[in-house]
Amino acid sequence: MTFLRRTIPLAICFVLGITIAFQYYVPNQHSSAFLELMTRWDKIIAGFAVFIGAYSLFHLHFSRIKFKAAGWGYSIFVFIGAGIMLFFGFYNEGEGLLADKQEGSMFDWLYIYVQVPAGATIFSILAFFMASAAYRTFRARTVESALLLVAAIIVMLGRVPLGALISPYLPLAADWIMSVPNLAAKRGILLGVSLGAIATSIKIIFGIERQYLGGGD
Amino acid sequence: MRLIVSLLCVFITVVFHGTGAMAQYLEQEFTESTLPEELRAFDVPDDAGGSIGLSWKASPADSPDVSYIVYVSTSENGPWQEAARITSTTGYKSDAPQYFGFRKKQRNHHFVEIQLQKILPGSNVEKPYYFKLAVVKGDSVKEFDEVVSARAKGNWFNMSKLNNLIIMVVFSALVLYFISHARRHPGMFLRKISGLEAVDEALGRATEMGRPVLFVHGLTPIGSISTLAAINILSRIATRVAEYDTVLKVVNNDPIVMTVSQEVVKESYLEAGRPDAYNQDNVVMVASEQFPYVVAVAGIMTREKTAANFFIGFFYAESLLLAETGATTGAIQVAATDSYTQLPFFITTCDYTLMGEELYAASAYLSREPMLLGSLRAQDIGKAVVIGAIFFGTILSSSGINFITQLFTGF
Amino acid sequence: MLDKFVNIDRRIIFVLVAIAVIVSLLLTFRLPIPPTPPVLSIYNTIEDLPPDSHVLIAFDYDPAAMEELQPMAVALLHHLYSKDLKVIGLTLWPGGTGLAEQALVTLAGEYNKKSGEDFVFLGYKPGVASLIINMGENLHTAFPTDFYGNDTQTLPALRGVHSLKDIDYVIDLAAGASAETWIAFGKEKYKFDMAVGCTAVIGPDLYPFLDSRQINGLMAGLKGAAEYEVLVGFQANAVEGMRPQSVTHALVVVFIIFSNAVFFASGGWRTTRKRLGGAGR
Repeated sequence: MTFLRRTIPLAICFVLGITIAFQYYVPNQHSSAFLELMTRWDKIIAGFAVFIGAYSLFHLHFSRIKFKAAGWGYSIFVFIGAGIMLFFGFYNEGEGLLADKQEGSMFDWLYIYVQVPAGATIFSILAFFMASAAYRTFRARTVESALLLVAAIIVMLGRVPLGALISPYLPLAADWIMSVPNLAAKRGILLGVSLGAIATSIKIIFGIERQYLGGGD
Repeated sequence: MRLIVSLLCVFITVVFHGTGAMAQYLEQEFTESTLPEELRAFDVPDDAGGSIGLSWKASPADSPDVSYIVYVSTSENGPWQEAARITSTTGYKSDAPQYFGFRKKQRNHHFVEIQLQKILPGSNVEKPYYFKLAVVKGDSVKEFDEVVSARAKGNWFNMSKLNNLIIMVVFSALVLYFISHARRHPGMFLRKISGLEAVDEALGRATEMGRPVLFVHGLTPIGSISTLAAINILSRIATRVAEYDTVLKVVNNDPIVMTVSQEVVKESYLEAGRPDAYNQDNVVMVASEQFPYVVAVAGIMTREKTAANFFIGFFYAESLLLAETGATTGAIQVAATDSYTQLPFFITTCDYTLMGEELYAASAYLSREPMLLGSLRAQDIGKAVVIGAIFFGTILSSSGINFITQLFTGF
Repeated sequence: MLDKFVNIDRRIIFVLVAIAVIVSLLLTFRLPIPPTPPVLSIYNTIEDLPPDSHVLIAFDYDPAAMEELQPMAVALLHHLYSKDLKVIGLTLWPGGTGLAEQALVTLAGEYNKKSGEDFVFLGYKPGVASLIINMGENLHTAFPTDFYGNDTQTLPALRGVHSLKDIDYVIDLAAGASAETWIAFGKEKYKFDMAVGCTAVIGPDLYPFLDSRQINGLMAGLKGAAEYEVLVGFQANAVEGMRPQSVTHALVVVFIIFSNAVFFASGGWRTTRKRLGGAGR
């Protein structure tokens, strides 16, 4: 069992990790064909994984309804929503599942007038949360936080047309903050992140870090 | 006054005569042009095949109103088809340092890369192809008789990526060396990471309050290093949760991440000697898209009043929505992300935030396994090398010496 | 008394933000929207492309981000169609299919452009990075058919396009990590010119790529879209959105100044807090 659950996956990870890393340096068409094959497999696995995800989602909400967990009523809407979308998707304006997708179908209507506004609504909540978080946490407690606060005000005003109305220098100052001190700090973090990511990849390829397979050894 | 008029006359004569002479010279150059010197066709190096390069010596008659046309054919005698057209003051070998290096003299030769599939779709790129040049000035076109040919072939190594390969091999060797060194010499110093010191505090609090612990994955799929790092941390947290005998809920938006997380948590419970406490329904994919995911996770936080929330992985705009909701429920919150745009949001709303590479170090930190800690030393050395290269590169580049800049140029 | 203002109920802030947004949507006033260099660069690149050049737009967003990114897509398509360029559309996000098709087809109608001849919509395929690599090697094996089931080998709009290397300009409209993925696995590997349009929240993420010239243009958020609308002379949703956005930014600045004034007046600065983010709980 250990052979199947540990040795084989680690061997696959090592062989493919090394091969794909070196493939980057081999431009030959055989190398491209190999990469294309690998990516096709990846897409097939990703496609099938959708079924696992759907099963998990439905199983979770079915259990919530079955055991009357807190807020179980909301779980009913998961089934109603999924059922309606599946029905109109399969119905396809009477053309059925095998025909090409029809234009202006009920499926499109649900997408444009239900999913689109619902998604945009959740995204718009971000503006409210940002205002609230800014009010509570942007306090000039130290010299550093005071500097941060001034920079934030300049950037906030400089990034909207109102800033240019207040002073033509505000957008320029905002751009300078974004492209000089901000960029310098981000690059520092990015370099550290990249080195960390490479080191982690090497540990995974060589089987030194194997927590993702489950278990500690 | 007479002097001024005389000078003006001399000036006008010189200018008009000069312009006429120049026009005559260009006309002569153009109509009596000799063959473009050193015309050569060759397989473009470092590619998968399918491209042929053409080079020829730049002419003194090159000017912005003179253009070159490259014609291509599958036969030496034509028919010819236009493959490329460049202004004669552009398209030099120096514009393609990936093939010809950074030497200044490369500006003495023109270079054009012809992608055969783009010019002749569906053609057999392995056959020899024939090329000839023409010069255009205004409406006049002068075609040259010299025909050159080349055959495109795929290469087995991309020499322009040699610098990248050397850096990769050296850094990988450093990581492996320090891992092996750490195994022989355990007890490596590691600075304190408050966020990870707080993991036990958060779990203890959840146990005392009898409320669940929530582990929230970022949005990236399993192929992302951030997600793998998050899974490594999940494994450590799950083992401790099992020991504390409290409930761990894991949410994510990707079915493969969910499957791997289920396996990891199950194994961790088994390792802690509590396989009975594992419940598969606690490790779930709640939604596949970003904002439905936010709503589902926020719902879990508010309904189940989670005592500790861990936001680990790569996050986007959902970071503030999740962490702010968690803050309202009074949960102790720890975030770890390499998504630096979201760091300000986590810092303002979470109790502890692991920034950037600390995400990758967390698994090693929590386990204290020498083998995992060793790579951190290699990262430090890598950073020192990068800092040195940036420092000296900036000084040298400012003095007009671009050696280090060219050494690190990626193609 | 002052403590009440220091730890103000967040719902009051929410109501004030909502009022500011609604009022600024109802009132009409014009604000100057000068184009910034990163946006101008995208416009100029497209202007310099000869007719029939191929431009690929990746609609990598879903309805949640449409308020910021759909105006960008529409303004870009106005520009591309009016310049008689061949447009190739696709999405790496399953939720983006409807939005991408809507933008491509609606605008095509205005300019009398035909699907398959002047533009092609390839639809959605899973895989993200692996799909980009697949397209970099061979676009026709990555997408054997377009969204409507036509063979991509036979489409006139794709004549001369074998892989990503043959695309003249790629523009990724990104609500997530797709821009970095396009840069790492597409632009760096297959060498094409590229620009990004993104939501405001990930805009700062992409500045390093602009500075390193890995992308030659950047439109960030609704402001970026508004600038492009002004450039192409088609002022619509993004320009309209500048009013509430400006007012909300100003309101947040007022909140910050007010909260600091109250904080200092209440003597809160004397008691240094140990934990950030604890206020308001």
